[in-house]
Amino acid sequence: MDILVTYDVETQETSGQKRLRQVATICQNFGQRVQKSVFECRVTQSQLEEMVHQLLRVIDKERDSLRIYMLYGDRNRVVRVYGRDDYIDYDHPIIV
Amino acid sequence: MIRTLLNTLYVQTQGSYLRLDHETVIVEYEGEKVLQVPLHHIGTIVVFGNVLISPYLLGKCITQGIAVIWYDAYGRFLARAVGRTSGNVLLRRAQHHVLTDEKRVMQIASRFVAGKLRNSRTVLQRAIRDYPERRPSLEKAVKQLDQSIREVDKQATLNELRGLEGYASSVYFEAFTSLLRTDDDFFAFELRSRRPPRDPINACLSFAYSILTQDCISALEGVGLDPQIGYLHTLRPGRPALALDLIEEFRPYLADRFVLTLINRKQLSKSDFDMRPGGAVLLNEKGRRTFLASYQKRKQEEIQHPIINQRVPLGLLPHVHARLLARYLRGDIEHYVPFIMR
Repeated sequence: MDILVTYDVETQETSGQKRLRQVATICQNFGQRVQKSVFECRVTQSQLEEMVHQLLRVIDKERDSLRIYMLYGDRNRVVRVYGRDDYIDYDHPIIV
Repeated sequence: MIRTLLNTLYVQTQGSYLRLDHETVIVEYEGEKVLQVPLHHIGTIVVFGNVLISPYLLGKCITQGIAVIWYDAYGRFLARAVGRTSGNVLLRRAQHHVLTDEKRVMQIASRFVAGKLRNSRTVLQRAIRDYPERRPSLEKAVKQLDQSIREVDKQATLNELRGLEGYASSVYFEAFTSLLRTDDDFFAFELRSRRPPRDPINACLSFAYSILTQDCISALEGVGLDPQIGYLHTLRPGRPALALDLIEEFRPYLADRFVLTLINRKQLSKSDFDMRPGGAVLLNEKGRRTFLASYQKRKQEEIQHPIINQRVPLGLLPHVHARLLARYLRGDIEHYVPFIMR
């Protein structure tokens, strides 16, 4: 399934900057960055659970915010993109 | 079948470097990041020629069961990396055991041949519908294949079976020539030539078979079978005999017809091939790119599978049949049923 992950991490302190980097790395592991703190991921149910589990270990629930939107349906239909778009569909041939 | 069809990452830009970054693979070229993909999307990494893979990435792939395959810059198979032997030892023992039972060897080997011949015939029959003007010569070949199919089960020894297959194959390839819709002399095809392929069509066929063989090896390993212990093909060190057995039934549908479409739709042209000294013709980097992109697309096309009665992407056909093979070898089912295209 396709999901959309967005986050705000409070970065006033250095510990916040560290959390921000960790959150970004986890998201990167499961999907791709489409905007600064927005990731689109194509995952299975178990991968989703694993991802959420890892994210919850990192974020500070008092200060940070994490939102995950499930995109039910074909991504091409449920997402409208305007402007710059670097999304790569990993189901298509990957030839470098 | 809960397996999903994972994507294959093909890297053929000479001088690329692949490395691991957390759970993703990064492809770099001249120090710049070209691509970053989470590993969970990838089932196989295929690299051509001068492409480097970092030891960490290689290690990760092997432990996660991602196949890594090397081809040389001309697309000839070199090596594949395999991790620790895993899978079911009892299944492999059953696989060896069948080898000692001549009757069962014949039984299974003849299914592979039957599958291949029936699918070859279907390829020609479809062509009769599409090109009525070629009907007479094609019908003759179909008749000969019909005859051969009836004789499959009458063969007493493996060598007779192999002879029958060889004969049918020559009939098929003779007729195959007339399925090519191109007036360009460059794409003239006379007969099947391997090691080396001597014309563009043969270059495409060889490349398609090579890729398909790798898919079959992965599929067999996926269900825990030893790809080297085969029945129709003689055992030889380093030869994936069982994968070569399994590929037979898929050749006409997944390779031959695919190549035919590529050529007939004029997706490949003269500039996609390299002429090598000694008369060898091989796909070059540009040609391979076109080839692999269409091949990958085709793998995602779904068909209704006649045996398991489910929709299956073409890329998973070898997996489905590797599983049926395992069930046969374990004795769960009485006969192995090859894939028969509609």
